[in-house]
Amino acid sequence: MATDTHIVEHDVHDTGDAWSGGKEPFKASYGKLMMWYFLVSDAFTFAGFLIAYGSLRFSMPTWPVPDFVFSTFPGGFHHMPLIFVTVMTFILILSSVTMVRAVQEGHRENKRGVVKWMALTIVGGLMFLGCQAWEWTTLIAGEHTTILTNPFGTHVEAGTYLEGDGHDIKEGDTFNAGAPYLIHQVDGEFKQLQYKTESGEVKQQEFGPKAFGALFFFITGFHGFHVFSGVLFLLIIMINVASGLYVKRKNGYEMVEKIGLYWHFVDLVWVFVFLVFYLL
Amino acid sequence: MGLSYEESKKLVFKGMILLGVVTIVEVLIALLGNGHLIEGFFLPKWLMYPVMIALSLYKAYFIVYEFMHMKYEVRALAMSVLLPTLLLVWGVIAFFQEGSSWGARRAQILEKDAKPASEISIPANNTDEKKDTTIIE
Repeated sequence: MATDTHIVEHDVHDTGDAWSGGKEPFKASYGKLMMWYFLVSDAFTFAGFLIAYGSLRFSMPTWPVPDFVFSTFPGGFHHMPLIFVTVMTFILILSSVTMVRAVQEGHRENKRGVVKWMALTIVGGLMFLGCQAWEWTTLIAGEHTTILTNPFGTHVEAGTYLEGDGHDIKEGDTFNAGAPYLIHQVDGEFKQLQYKTESGEVKQQEFGPKAFGALFFFITGFHGFHVFSGVLFLLIIMINVASGLYVKRKNGYEMVEKIGLYWHFVDLVWVFVFLVFYLL
Repeated sequence: MGLSYEESKKLVFKGMILLGVVTIVEVLIALLGNGHLIEGFFLPKWLMYPVMIALSLYKAYFIVYEFMHMKYEVRALAMSVLLPTLLLVWGVIAFFQEGSSWGARRAQILEKDAKPASEISIPANNTDEKKDTTIIE
C-alpha cells in the first residue's frame, strides 16, 4: 500500500492484512462513513440555529405570522399564503429524486444515465436558488425586511384604523388581537398607521420582533449556501463522470453516492427549515 | 442491495409521490388551520403543530432511510449516526424553556417600568434594577 500512494484510498477494500484494517468498519467505505459523520456535525450546526430561532421566538410576546409574511408569488400576486415556498419544496424533492436515479445508474455503471440524472439534479438546485433569490428580493426590496428591521408586526389588542396605507388597510378597518400587519414605506420612510383601541386610546403600529429578519436571512442563507456548494460539487463530479474518470476506479461511481448523500441532506434540512419558518 | 433495478426505480417514483403528498397535507393543514380555506374556520394550535411536526419527522425518516439508503447499511452505522441526534431533544427542551423565561422576565421589567415612579419602592443600594432596564433597550 505504501508504495502505490496514488491509489491508496481505493486499495483499502482489497487488503486482507489485519494491520491495515482487514475488514471495513460498518461494512462501509471510508469515504461514505466520513460523509455520514460530516453530515451529523452539519445537522448539529443547523439544529443549533433552529433551536436559537425557537428560543428567541418563545421569548417574544408576538411573532410574524408566516402565512402572512410569505404570501407573495411571482407575477405580482399577493394573498397566496405559502404557495411559493411549497413550489420551492417540490423543486428540492424532485432534485432529490433525480439524484437517487443518478446513484442507481452509477450502480449499473451506465455513464450516460449518471450524467443525465446529475444534470437534472443541477437544474433543480439552480431553480431552487433562483426561487430563493426571488423570495429574498421581495422581502428586502419590496417589503423592506432586513437583518435589522422587521416591518411585520402583530396586533395584541382589537381596534380600528384611523388612516389607511394605500395597500390593504383602509381608514375605519377593524381588526382583532393577533391580526398581522405590514408597515409600508411612503417616500422611503416607514409609515406606522394610527389606530384606536376599544378603550378609545390612540396608538400606532409597532415594528415586529427585530430578531426575525436576522434569523430568517441567516438560516435560509446558510441552507442556500449549502445548496450552492452542492451544485458546484455536483457539477465537478458530473464532469468527472462524463470524462470517464470513475470507470477506471475500483470503487466505481462511489463519488456519485457520496455527493448524493450530501444532496439528500440538503433536502432533509429543508424539511425542518420549511417546518420551522413557514408552517409553525 | 437485494432489489432489482426495475424495483428500485419504482421505489424512487413512489418516494417522490409520498414526499409530495405529505408536503401538500402539511400545507393544507397550515392553510386550513389558519382560516385561509374556509371562512372563519380555525384549528387549535395544539392539534396543528404536533401533526405537522410528526409529518415532517416522517419525511426526514423517509429521506434518511430510503433516499440515503440507511435501511441497507449495517445497524451499528445507523445507530452511530442517529443516536447522537437524540441529544437535540434535550437541547430543544432546555432552550425553549430558557426562551420562555427570557420572555417572562422581559414582561416583568416592562410592567415595572410602566408604573409611575412613586409606586415603585427602590431599596437604597439596589443597582440591579437599573441594569435590568438598560439591558432590554
